[in-house]
Amino acid sequence: MDAFADLLEQLYFTPGTNAKAALIIEYLRNTPDPDRGWAIAAMAGTLRFDFFKRNAVKQLMLERIDPVLFELSYDYVGEMSETVAHLWPTPSEVNDTALPGLGEIVEEFMNAKRTEVKPLLADYLNRMTASQRWALIKLGTRGLRIGVSARSMKQILARFGDTRVEEIEALWHGVNPPYIELLSWLEGRSDKPDISDQVTFHPVMLSHPIDENDLATIDPSQWQTEYKYDGIRVQLVCTKNGKALFSRTGDDISHAFPDLLDTITSHCVLDGELLVMHGSQVDTFNQLQQRLNKKKPAKKLMDSLPAGLMAYDVLSIGDDDYHNKPLSERRKILDAFVRQTESPRLHLSPVLDVSTKPALETLYRQASDDTAVEGLMLKRLDSNYIPGRPKGQWYKWKREPKLVDAVVMYAQRGHGKRSSFYSDFTFGAWEEDILLPIGKAYSGFTDEELKKLDNWVRRNTVGRFGPVREVKKSLVVEVAFDAAHPSSRHKSGIALRFPRFHRIRWDKPANEADTLSAVKQLIEK
Amino acid sequence: MHPQDWVSVEEAGLYCQPADIYVDPMLPVKNAIVTHGHADHARSGHDVVYATPQTLQIMTTRYGEDMAKTTHAMAYRDTVELGNADDPVRMTLFPAGHILGSSQVLFEYRGSRLVVSGDYKRRHDPTCPPFEVVPCDVFITEATFGLPVFTHPPIETEIDKLITSLQVFPHRCHLVGAYALGKCQRVILALRQAGYIKPIYLHGALIRLCTLYQKQGVDLGKLIPVNDVEDRATLAGEVVIAPPSALADRWSRSLPDVRPIVASGWMQIRARARQKQVELPLIISDHCDWPELIQTIEDVQPDEVWVTHGREDALVHQATQMGFKAKALSLIGYEDDEETG
Repeated sequence: MDAFADLLEQLYFTPGTNAKAALIIEYLRNTPDPDRGWAIAAMAGTLRFDFFKRNAVKQLMLERIDPVLFELSYDYVGEMSETVAHLWPTPSEVNDTALPGLGEIVEEFMNAKRTEVKPLLADYLNRMTASQRWALIKLGTRGLRIGVSARSMKQILARFGDTRVEEIEALWHGVNPPYIELLSWLEGRSDKPDISDQVTFHPVMLSHPIDENDLATIDPSQWQTEYKYDGIRVQLVCTKNGKALFSRTGDDISHAFPDLLDTITSHCVLDGELLVMHGSQVDTFNQLQQRLNKKKPAKKLMDSLPAGLMAYDVLSIGDDDYHNKPLSERRKILDAFVRQTESPRLHLSPVLDVSTKPALETLYRQASDDTAVEGLMLKRLDSNYIPGRPKGQWYKWKREPKLVDAVVMYAQRGHGKRSSFYSDFTFGAWEEDILLPIGKAYSGFTDEELKKLDNWVRRNTVGRFGPVREVKKSLVVEVAFDAAHPSSRHKSGIALRFPRFHRIRWDKPANEADTLSAVKQLIEK
Repeated sequence: MHPQDWVSVEEAGLYCQPADIYVDPMLPVKNAIVTHGHADHARSGHDVVYATPQTLQIMTTRYGEDMAKTTHAMAYRDTVELGNADDPVRMTLFPAGHILGSSQVLFEYRGSRLVVSGDYKRRHDPTCPPFEVVPCDVFITEATFGLPVFTHPPIETEIDKLITSLQVFPHRCHLVGAYALGKCQRVILALRQAGYIKPIYLHGALIRLCTLYQKQGVDLGKLIPVNDVEDRATLAGEVVIAPPSALADRWSRSLPDVRPIVASGWMQIRARARQKQVELPLIISDHCDWPELIQTIEDVQPDEVWVTHGREDALVHQATQMGFKAKALSLIGYEDDEETG
């Protein structure tokens, strides 16, 4: 555990992907199984469940500190694990036997009965230093955030084993922590792990947002143009070993969409957008949201909001793999596959007929008015299916955001990187001479602006409600958002999709901000 | 008479009405007491300034000879009478242990005693006499690190981290961000005490104040201005000290393979350190940590505690729990300057 805590501490403060990779490779070389495999799992986010809940940590802490002081500390630090790491009192009698290895600790928590978890955790926290406590809580609640993504972990493993990242990608979803077979293969001590009998996720190909320079170079005749649907990206996998629906990050979300999955029988790996669809009619993201995160959706919900897949690419059918075929060919294969499928839930994302620049721009404007789509996708006809985000292959051209001038009403401190800065803002619009909150925004400002905003909040606080500061109603921000929906949950009757700061209008008087009725004009019909 | 009837918070800062004098005013005023030389407490342009001789020297070093019209140097424990001669306010300075020359202010008026602690700490600091417990009715305390998450480790363990890093990364220039006044000199002294005898290199902004400390008899060892180093590449593996703001500045780009380090009480919060892109945070503070704040209230045993700049809420709550009458005094303007932490 000492080595793992040291590694996290160093990774946290070391900038730069290369330096981080060097630290991790050094750790992998010097750490035995299964400790190092669990460390990989912790960093790549592949631990299957929390060892303990944040709430259990909080309860243990509250048995040891005044709750008001705890709340104030948490509010200031902005992160539970670090707050507890600092606040946890060192007991007068310390059990100073050496800490066991990471693997042993993981096993202990995995095998602990429900009632044993808290005493086990308290015992370890008593025996640890502040930075070890931080590492344990991060590990146990699966919230590492040390700047190592799953993707970079795979690249690091490829470097460690002197192999290509594609090899790791292909194996990744078929191997499990603590990755003993994988590491053994990477060190040349055994054969490549065999994953042929598993239903696995295949890493997806991602697009870049388009900018004006990219747009200028595009000849529409060399590109496939489609709508960018406003749903969630999924991968549908059906093999002789079973079938599954994965999110774009590889999470298995099959359980939430049995109505779609049950209709699929042919062996395939398809890439597409999960949507609520009434026949071929696409419903809004707002509706889809009601189907997300339902462990066991009720039949009534599935009947009223049926899930469908708008397929736009094919990775394989049966035993034939198409990763290395150009999009133009994959499209023909997909077209044929969807045509002969029996599933009424499977649809083909239409290819839009555009051959000139002006036509493309007209189409973009039309797409901006369509509520079920959020812009256009442009994909090179000769692009192979390359996992990751290769340059110059696929672009997304999102519709222009909508803008309103709103007044900042409340501020709260942020978390993580923004910890201890006031960075979460509630803003409102005028109804007569009353401001009604219409949303919250956490992003869109520069670090420099964040400092200024933080300072402004401190100087303009007029009230406090726990961690929330009410501020003088004088600062106008131009808020950008993707869509507005009616909402019965909010007093203002409106909910904004992905609101963020567009510009801070230090100059603009608050009474010139938008009225609620003006904002409501932007609700999509 | 209760201090609440003769002390108030005005736009310029804390004001003692019968003496017509401000403590650490942020705007130019007629009469000022300056508790210590940090820029957010000591400003230029007042008519009359009362302070310790060291603080006056620091102000002169920073702002020039005409930083105030008249100055009154006051030794610790000397008393002056201010205001109406028939109904005077007695004012005395006591050591605060914060930096060279730092003081607390005791006001005595119509039978009651008010102590303004200024910034202070309870740890040993070789550059100034230790904080003195002054009995009083109302004690005004700072709360820069007024949350129980703040417990500053001994300076020796933090300096050890720096020395270890010099051994692990012998080719990297160890650039330590430290506030020019107080922190910089404490870091140098702690390095010397840990046996580090090589020259220490200084950013131009630190030189005058280090010279001042040396004139006051504080032995900082061999110091070399970075500007005098012709070949900056030779600073690989050396310790360079600069104001924290210089870390992200163009100035630091001329240094070889910089390892960014900051010495500050704020460095205890990881996200803070990372926000500043610090690779090696050193938790070294010239303020009280939470246990010291509580200990001080216990030691002083005032009737009332007034809490200023910093995280007032927690300390007010804690003092109340301990049975003291406590309230927050909102003096804005000091807490923004985090470099002095």
